[in-house]
Amino acid sequence: MNVNLTGADFLGILPIIILSGFGVVLMVLSVFSQRFHRMTIPYLGVVGIILALISNFFLIGKDYLAFQNMVRVDWLTVAFNFIFLVTAGLSLLLTTSYSEQEHIEFIEFTPLLLFSTVGMMLMGSAQNLMMIFLGLETMSIALYVMAGFRRNHRESLEAALKYFLLGAFATGFLLYGIALIYGVVGSTSFTAIAQYLNKNALSPDLLFLVGTGLLIVGFGFKVALVPFHMWTPDVYQGSPMPVTAYMAVGAKAAGFAAIVRFFTLSAAQIAYQWVDVLWILAVLTMTVGNVLALVQKDIKRMLAYSSIAHAGYLLVGIVADNDLTVPAVMFYLVAYLLMNLGAFAIALIVSGNQERRTRIEYFKGLAETQPMLALAMAICMVSLAGFPPTIGFMGKFYLFSAALYSGYVWLAIIGVINSLISVYYYIGVVVAMYMHKPVDERRIEQVVPGVGLVVLVAVVGIFIFGIFPGSLAGLFG
Amino acid sequence: MLVEYIPILVILAMALIVAAGILVLTHIVNPRIRNPIKLTTYESGIEPQMEARLRYPIRFYVVAMMFILFDVEVIFMYPWAVVYKQFLSQGWFIFWEMIIFLAILFAGYIYLYRRGGFQWE
Amino acid sequence: MESYIWFIPFLPLLGALINGIFGSALKEKAGLVANVAIFGSFVLAVKAFLAVARGATFNGDLFHWIVAGQFKAAFGVQIDPLSAIMMLVVTGVGFLIHLYSIGYMHGDPGVGRYFAYLNLFVFAMLLLVMGNNLLLLFLGWEGVGLCSYLLIGFWYHKPSAAKAGLKAFIVNRIGDVGFLIGMFLIFTTVGSLAYADIEANVAQLVNAGVLTAACLLLFVGATGKSAQFPLYVWLPDAMEGPTPVSALIHAATMVTAGVYMVARFNFLFSQSATAMAVVTIVGTFTALYAATMALVNNDIKRVLAYSTISQLGYMFIGVGVGAYAAGIFHLMTHAFFKALLFLGAGSVMHALADETNIQKMGGLYHKIKITAITFMVAWLAISGIPPFSGFFSKDEILAKAFAYHPAIWFLGLVGAVLTAFYMSRLVFVTFFGQSRVEPEVEAHIHESPPVMTIPLMVLAVLSAIGGFVGVPAILGGENRFEHFLEPVFVGAEEHLHFAHVPHSLEYGLMLISILAALAGIGLAYGMYIKGSPDPDRLAQRFSGLYKLLYNKYYVDEIYDALVVQPLLSFSRFLWRVVDNGLIDGLVNLTGRLGLLISQVLRRIQTGYVQNYAAVFVVGVLIILAYYLFS
Repeated sequence: MNVNLTGADFLGILPIIILSGFGVVLMVLSVFSQRFHRMTIPYLGVVGIILALISNFFLIGKDYLAFQNMVRVDWLTVAFNFIFLVTAGLSLLLTTSYSEQEHIEFIEFTPLLLFSTVGMMLMGSAQNLMMIFLGLETMSIALYVMAGFRRNHRESLEAALKYFLLGAFATGFLLYGIALIYGVVGSTSFTAIAQYLNKNALSPDLLFLVGTGLLIVGFGFKVALVPFHMWTPDVYQGSPMPVTAYMAVGAKAAGFAAIVRFFTLSAAQIAYQWVDVLWILAVLTMTVGNVLALVQKDIKRMLAYSSIAHAGYLLVGIVADNDLTVPAVMFYLVAYLLMNLGAFAIALIVSGNQERRTRIEYFKGLAETQPMLALAMAICMVSLAGFPPTIGFMGKFYLFSAALYSGYVWLAIIGVINSLISVYYYIGVVVAMYMHKPVDERRIEQVVPGVGLVVLVAVVGIFIFGIFPGSLAGLFG
Repeated sequence: MLVEYIPILVILAMALIVAAGILVLTHIVNPRIRNPIKLTTYESGIEPQMEARLRYPIRFYVVAMMFILFDVEVIFMYPWAVVYKQFLSQGWFIFWEMIIFLAILFAGYIYLYRRGGFQWE
Repeated sequence: MESYIWFIPFLPLLGALINGIFGSALKEKAGLVANVAIFGSFVLAVKAFLAVARGATFNGDLFHWIVAGQFKAAFGVQIDPLSAIMMLVVTGVGFLIHLYSIGYMHGDPGVGRYFAYLNLFVFAMLLLVMGNNLLLLFLGWEGVGLCSYLLIGFWYHKPSAAKAGLKAFIVNRIGDVGFLIGMFLIFTTVGSLAYADIEANVAQLVNAGVLTAACLLLFVGATGKSAQFPLYVWLPDAMEGPTPVSALIHAATMVTAGVYMVARFNFLFSQSATAMAVVTIVGTFTALYAATMALVNNDIKRVLAYSTISQLGYMFIGVGVGAYAAGIFHLMTHAFFKALLFLGAGSVMHALADETNIQKMGGLYHKIKITAITFMVAWLAISGIPPFSGFFSKDEILAKAFAYHPAIWFLGLVGAVLTAFYMSRLVFVTFFGQSRVEPEVEAHIHESPPVMTIPLMVLAVLSAIGGFVGVPAILGGENRFEHFLEPVFVGAEEHLHFAHVPHSLEYGLMLISILAALAGIGLAYGMYIKGSPDPDRLAQRFSGLYKLLYNKYYVDEIYDALVVQPLLSFSRFLWRVVDNGLIDGLVNLTGRLGLLISQVLRRIQTGYVQNYAAVFVVGVLIILAYYLFS
């Protein structure tokens, strides 16, 4: 066996190496001179993320397998890395206001977030089920801890415990699925799996199919597909807001990275076997997410159900299973990133000290007290609801037209009806902001520069890519 | 191909039958005597003094967890040691790999040490 | 044309941005910014119109907006006679209303926000009429809806305003579902959303057997936006917004979007007799139905709202029977006189401290003469008295309706009598007779400032003479309007079949409609000026009918009954199945159903991890069962 590794191998995971390195160093730094580093470490983390982003540029245009076919370096890797790193960077900026307000020790937070991002990037560049598993666990274990970071709040601890228990439960199914597939194929490599399916496309082994079913369960848990979504509202509500934002965007994107890598790209030969399952899951997920979001009074819970619904929309793109699938899903992930981080950032500002004000009623009259913030929130909501000329509309357009190209007219119609339902609760926030008197007229929320930057990036992105979607879609198509 | 698994199924079924059978059987044939003495924890033993569940410091858990952590990590060195010579002929990579691994492990150790993980108050 | 065409929509957008960002700092100057922006685009629209009149057209893309697979949608505009006229109406009437708004909104703390919305609306409306593909039309369609919603709820401290805004929004979304599905259908069949591509591939839609379905689905969207039966319920409530908004959005421009859309897709609709019939019947029914509700209403703005719904019905009759040019003609004249009516109503309200109840007006003619005279010009126009503009456009529609089917003509004629009657009632009760104004208000009655009266006068002139661009041949005219639009509708002609109507009959029809209008006015004159027959006695004698009309066919009560007394409502529900209570009830029911399901589903969300795991396992089992047993 040959273990000679070349520079190309390491180049392929350079962003991962940089981020891991920063994680380890910051972890050690954090325990020396704590007072100083409490404020600087998040920014050092951002520096690490920026370096990783820069190194990511070196991968553009490459297409090869590294580390004995464990890692795939292609444009998808670059795109996923980009999504994860931007999510991580913006979420870190959100914590800059948080640690101040909450008076809790946030020093381990940055390293954990970096490690979690490393896990996501591993999933995005995986060419082997074991790599997926490794990435998923690296990501999840850090997330479990982060969910419980508000140690003095019961909800936060509850969130961490629930997430951990159910996450471990789901991981069991995932591993069992991997084991079944290994049993049939004799390898966990995507290359080998694709070869196996090329030979047995019409009559794959039953155990292989059951294995893919269990993979759906495992990934479905991470991206919160119905009926594996039950943890989402509780965990999103209990976790600290920056973590919720990071989890909602990053973990979901990572889950879809795995789904794209395995189902769309490696198991395309037996699409006829999994498309129907995903079709039903997509309909269920969209519908349950949107319908339950209707009655939510808490912004975090509302966004949690909304994130479930958005997983359903994304699944529509996967079900389409044609040339448009990958570009549409990638575009929507970027859209989802911008709209959700923007919404969470503003919710973070409004929620104030200790996140006491997360009920939607606290948005009342925001248009009077802070018009710019209200406008930004309105833009995020309108985009989430899928109105032109925002990125949310374009994203849905791509997803549904992908479905239409494959002839899934009903799926597209169900999707449209769902986004109609969703308008009700998104506009509810706008109504609260613009058509109600403020609860407390004198209250002006402070906007920390870091958080303000996140809002700005989100709003600008929502419009630029909403009006000129080609500039982004061109990269993916 | 599934036929090969039938013996396992048979064993599973037998185990279930035996276990369930014993439970049901004892339930049917056992004599039922209910008096206070019969219902004590240890019928002919010493009277229990206090709650069976004790509170003891959470430190035990932390120490146990750290032990497992380092234990598992260090186990990685065994397979490494086995193939070390064979792979050394292909270059020093395998050597540096372990050095990096240990460095990361050591960073964890430093973190735990500074964070007070080894202190017993 | 290419050099300046892009400025037409983007100038108002720029105005909206400036006012949106610096609105609070600009204060009253916000009005100036908005007016300059829209005046600029009006000037350019005139320039474009003149170019089109010389025979130039333009169809070009600014950039490729969406590229997905083989599908490309460009951000492109199409300037042809149809869009040129629409642009003129939108920017011209829009400019006058912007001007009027300076006076009307003077001193309102939200004036910057107001003008930002208003400019944004004009931008969206221009996209809607200028776009060269269905997607851009949809973009504008949604944009005007959003602005309408924001402006209806502009005075959000009134709870009724916020509620009305939401109602408008939700009802419109129901229409939009139809519209979107229709769009999908066209897209999947033709593979493109550009008008030119769709027109070139109509045959594909016909062959696939989806042409009628596509037309009807698009029309569902039109019934929402253009307030046709059964989705009209939002428009009367929309009167909660500032009056200039009612004039611009809920009378002159946005609500006509559906008519424009049908006219734009004339090549599609003309090929489906069923779709045309549906459009015509819905239009006819709405025209009559809404007119009856206007008969007894006492709110000056609501009377005008029902009148708008009714007049939109006429436009749909026009485009439904295939008289596209006539429909658009009426759209234009209606924009003039209805905007004038609303602005006049605003001026009356301005004078009377925001009073809207006409029973508390009366005898205003001598006190606010400019308002009264301009209002009366519009009254004559809408009633169809020659030579005012409404006469020519309405008569054109009725003449074509007769050629389509005499019954449609007859119903339209009945509607015209009703229109003349309720408009006359409005004028007589408001401006003549004894003053019933409350004394403390009476002391402060004043004419509006020139910035408000000048737009009234300009619109009055347009309402009076606007019809001369379309004088029919039998009156010695050339019907220039129709000829101007001909290139747009020429493709549809071969599919349309009109019975031949001899000239003598045409004269007769015209005479009948003039007499009908006069009869309506005469009856109102008798009832509300002479007092015979006494309106109150009539109301008593036909109290059942009167109440039915006065309560707008009990739409709101049905809603209450469904919520408050579900048991009792069932019997009433059956009783009123014939009226639109059913539909409004269904609309509300859908919303409540969603909430109900939501309430049930959230019960599952207990908060216990074991329950979550149980649901999880059920999911796993179902997936495994699928693979094992399929």
